[in-house]
Amino acid sequence: MANGSLITSELRKLIGVTLDTIVFKVEEGAIQRYAQAIGDPNPLYNDPDFARKTKYGRLIAPPGFTGWPARAGRPTEKVFAFLVKAGAPPRILDGGIEFEFVEPIGAGDVLTATTKIAKVTERETRLGKAMFTTAEVTFVNQKGNVALRSWATIIQF
Amino acid sequence: MATQICYEDVEVGSEVTPLAKIATTRMLVQWAGASGDFNPLHYDGEFAKAMGVGAPIVHGALKRAWLGHLMTDWIGEEGRLRKLSCQYRGMDYPRRMMTMEEPCDGETWWCKGKVTRKYEEGGEHLVECEIWVENGKGERTTPGSALVALPSRKKK
Repeated sequence: MANGSLITSELRKLIGVTLDTIVFKVEEGAIQRYAQAIGDPNPLYNDPDFARKTKYGRLIAPPGFTGWPARAGRPTEKVFAFLVKAGAPPRILDGGIEFEFVEPIGAGDVLTATTKIAKVTERETRLGKAMFTTAEVTFVNQKGNVALRSWATIIQF
Repeated sequence: MATQICYEDVEVGSEVTPLAKIATTRMLVQWAGASGDFNPLHYDGEFAKAMGVGAPIVHGALKRAWLGHLMTDWIGEEGRLRKLSCQYRGMDYPRRMMTMEEPCDGETWWCKGKVTRKYEEGGEHLVECEIWVENGKGERTTPGSALVALPSRKKK
């Protein structure tokens, strides 16, 4: 195995397959706590009365926040379980993320997040041989519009 | 809020107004609760050692959120953040707390950016930036990029 590939044939079969779909609501308090944890005092994220008078009409989420728990691009436990079951190494690190913001996300929105595996590669790292998986998540709001797309890199070693 | 920045105000090489941040052990706990990321890598010393990172590290997603803050502050109310990406390249270690509220002295992180391209497309005035989080030693632990749409003075 030392020189073998980390990417098993079972893992290859997962590429392009939708692994999980979750539906959740974006709560006002969750937005405020998230903005506080970033240290961002923007009233659009913190002050519902202020936000209601803006073009957004409601408290909006800082970029990348999609409700608690913050799934934005972070694959769910179910997705990890699929990967590990298909033979992926069990130790996990976040490699990075890319977001495309399409529509604002705000308090009261109901989002449907669909995750699929877009790409799997491997290379030698300072932690040894590691597998890099790109999980693509599409967030559709209650109006049926795509609000956000994200591509997260999961490093497994 | 500062004056609204416009497309005409920036050129390739222009600096995104830097934003200073600190991370403390307390803030990582706050972030864990607010984000729902309860990975012990960010608060359990023994677990972090076993994972090979030495001590609890700052959440990559928190540094990513800092970069979002950097960009939304810079583009102002009329700017729109279209894309943001970053890679979690280097580990960052939070400051410890001195009192319940006050952190010990230590590292300050800077979120920074630079305009790499500006162009008009589909009636929008778009600006691409190279962005990053820099640690106290000046190392870029979290490099990334952003695409924003800015208002134009010519329009309207």
